[in-house]
Amino acid sequence: MEYHTDTLTAPMPHKTGKKVLSRHIVEIVSDSGEGAQKAGQSFASISAKMGNGVWTVEIIPSDIEPPPRTLQSTSGIRIRIGSDTVTNAGDEADLVVAFNEVAPFSRIEQDAFKKGTIILIENAWAKHDDPSIRESYAKAIADFKKMEYVVYEIPMAEECLKFVPDPKKGKNMWVLGMLSYIYSRDLKTAEDQIAFIFKKKSQAVIDSNVKLLNAGHGWAAENLDFQFEIPAMPSDKELLVMNGNEAFAFGTLAAGVEVCSMYPITPATSVSHMLAEIFEKAGGLVHQAEDEIAAIGFAIGSSYSGKTALTVTSGPGLALKTEFIGLAIMAEVPLLIIDVQRGGPSTGMPTKIEQGDLLAVLYGAAGDAPKIVMAPSTIEECFQFVIVARQIAEAFRTPVFLLSDSNLATGVQPFERPKLKAEWMSAPIDQSAWKEDAKPYQWDEETGLSKRPIPGQKGGEYTLTGLTHTAAGHVSYLPEVNQRTTAMRSRKIAAFGRTLKPPKIHGDEEGDLLLVGWGSTRGAIEEATDRARELGGKVSSVHLRFLSPMEPGLKDIFKRFKKVMTVEINYSDDVNAPLITEENRRYSQLAWILRARTLVDIDCFSNVHGQPLKPRNILERISELVK
Amino acid sequence: MFGLNNDFCAIDIPDTYHPQSEYTKGVARWCPGCGDHTVLHAVQRLCAEKQLPPEKTVFVSGIGCSSRFPHYMDTYGFHGLHGRAFPVAEGVKFRRPDLDVFVVTGDGDCCSIGAGHWLHAIRYNMNLTVLLFDNAIYGMTKKQTSPTSPMGTISNTHPEGSVLPPVNPIQTTLGVSNVSFVAQTVDWVPSHLYATIKAAYEHQGFSFVKISMRCPKFMAEFSKQKVAERDTVQLLMHENGIQPDEATERMFTHHVPHDPTDINTARALAEDAETTHLGLFYQNKNALRYDLYGAHNLGFSPEQKMAAIDRKLEAFAV
Repeated sequence: MEYHTDTLTAPMPHKTGKKVLSRHIVEIVSDSGEGAQKAGQSFASISAKMGNGVWTVEIIPSDIEPPPRTLQSTSGIRIRIGSDTVTNAGDEADLVVAFNEVAPFSRIEQDAFKKGTIILIENAWAKHDDPSIRESYAKAIADFKKMEYVVYEIPMAEECLKFVPDPKKGKNMWVLGMLSYIYSRDLKTAEDQIAFIFKKKSQAVIDSNVKLLNAGHGWAAENLDFQFEIPAMPSDKELLVMNGNEAFAFGTLAAGVEVCSMYPITPATSVSHMLAEIFEKAGGLVHQAEDEIAAIGFAIGSSYSGKTALTVTSGPGLALKTEFIGLAIMAEVPLLIIDVQRGGPSTGMPTKIEQGDLLAVLYGAAGDAPKIVMAPSTIEECFQFVIVARQIAEAFRTPVFLLSDSNLATGVQPFERPKLKAEWMSAPIDQSAWKEDAKPYQWDEETGLSKRPIPGQKGGEYTLTGLTHTAAGHVSYLPEVNQRTTAMRSRKIAAFGRTLKPPKIHGDEEGDLLLVGWGSTRGAIEEATDRARELGGKVSSVHLRFLSPMEPGLKDIFKRFKKVMTVEINYSDDVNAPLITEENRRYSQLAWILRARTLVDIDCFSNVHGQPLKPRNILERISELVK
Repeated sequence: MFGLNNDFCAIDIPDTYHPQSEYTKGVARWCPGCGDHTVLHAVQRLCAEKQLPPEKTVFVSGIGCSSRFPHYMDTYGFHGLHGRAFPVAEGVKFRRPDLDVFVVTGDGDCCSIGAGHWLHAIRYNMNLTVLLFDNAIYGMTKKQTSPTSPMGTISNTHPEGSVLPPVNPIQTTLGVSNVSFVAQTVDWVPSHLYATIKAAYEHQGFSFVKISMRCPKFMAEFSKQKVAERDTVQLLMHENGIQPDEATERMFTHHVPHDPTDINTARALAEDAETTHLGLFYQNKNALRYDLYGAHNLGFSPEQKMAAIDRKLEAFAV
């Protein structure tokens, strides 16, 4: 099989009309604070409004204000636009707008460009007062050409100076104008977008930015020898454009949750930012605790007294919360835990993408601590899953985990605006008298479920404890008590599992290769599957939303494929690495579980590059396996 | 009944009366002679005197001998993790202003493994009644040095005697900003113990009571000495303080006038390691309360919530 791209790889030498594309990847890279992200987000919103599929992902430096013009200072955004739905960030960039010559190198380090990538670069550096900067610029341009990128040197600052005294402020809107021309965006929509993003500023600010937009557009029309068209399918559905962390926040609100107790940790914190903005008027509060342990303890306290709370964290915070997670499971307290994963172990790579916490979430607590673990695979699912998770947490009297990562946390995708429903929200705290004869843990033998007394319920008084306890809530270390109560908590998970349906297969029901994924990688995996199928490969994929308990029927599905392989962003030993044998190989995390659960010899394809999976890399692996 | 009608009665007749026995549950399994028993009794008496509805009363504890406390109260209880009683209690109280929440913690629980939470709990100043059972030793794990053990304490971790000066919980608490109520009492003077716990309960805010406790099992000598000491004890006297009864005044003859609004003197008294001051060190009724913030936007209807969410969603609509 041979990989081929659906995108244009080189601009036309002469203006020969618009080149029609189905997909394109645009990046805007700059130093922090130059507004590249605002330009990119606006470009994405304009495109979504026009009916294009969009996926954007921010390029974020690790430091707040790193020294400018360095590899570490690159800030920016990638926007992938398509004629139809776009589910992931894609492969290499097709077109890059660079505000300086250093920024592209930080992307080249990440393997983000390819031969033929168009680079539109600010040329003011060529005439800079500092000879070392002039030299650096000249060398970079030569290097880009050597690497077979297609370079356009653009007088961005010079053109902006005609309209504003400081080109640093406003260059991004000029660039938005230029991109609007290149991709044939509707200028009226773009102007509306500017009015929207500056709505809190004066009309003069809006006018000045609209002027810059039009100037960028005009300059491009006059001076560029290429233009693209990405046909859209306008729909009258109302769309929302947001990232996964924002969607989590709105899901939390829509679920009626009133308490988010957290401690700041990248990349999870922004969930609480969004909540903090809205809670005041939506009847809730963010509690910023003194540490990760206090954050979950506080949430458990809130849940115990009747208001199921949310805590948001990432790997290092999850590790600290482990003891309390065990308590919530042992004492059967409903709780929502969002883990926006990052690179690990230890402090790892805070801003990078990894799905490294799956096993820690599943098994990271002392003793037998079975859990319900879900993983949204799209931005929309980030919204929906919180609503479902709250219901599950309360019905099954247990913590529910939602696993996300930076790919979803910072990825932006339009989805249909949900119509909020009162029944998504938690009921008022039950303060009716407790049934005299019912015990606080009156487990149902069939399901392990029991009803929970809440402070204020007369007659329900009990002492919650993390010690082994009887149905009456009394401490007991009798062998049969511990055996039975552990079984009851496990049975709850099995009972919940019975409510799940087998996952849908993307592609044919049988074939040569089945890819299995979870979480944020769905878009890339399904795109690779589709491309492989277009090339004649008998490849399908399946994506798991529930990691514990798992959706049923997996073994039956696996049996219909000659080979099954998980695709994940976490570590696995390379089979060809020194010392590695079939017996001692460490598999990626989902593969471990699936192998144990199904006894199918499941392979894995994974890395810990900290980057979103590229469909092309998955496709390359597929083509090695399916001839 | 018998022609009585509530409408014509000059005194409110409560619908229910909670005798003290209603707050007791099971038989406390602390060692004989352990100070915990007296505190349990004092707290049950307080509940009855205040007629706290058992269903609206929550005792939150950590881990350790003292943290078994909630199991012996017939109210709601939360016997959680070692050192973590404060965050749990704060979460319980945050959106439930209708609940009376007590925290029962020990010297290891509060001043060692949970010390970080302790400092912040003081600053949050939520309306919690906090009882620090300080017996200066780890009892449940069988005699290890506690952060409040006097230097030289012989323990299983320091058989030659502990090597660091102890933490002073009163001094520490008084050093935290937004502190609002700090008092000290001892388990072996029941009337003073009761008066102190009652004052703590009545204070609206984070009421911190350090109770010196006897541990006849692992600190027998130390406990005996403490009880026998009279000359090193001073009663803090003030009309706004804790009023000792006559017997207590006779038992401890050293009386120091101390205005509990004077934090500088309170800190100076707390620093005096040679003397045990009993009574109210400090009270500030106007300290900011985080529980009031927590309860300030309660009770939104689903419709109100949905309207707020929808308004914000506008910013994300395309």
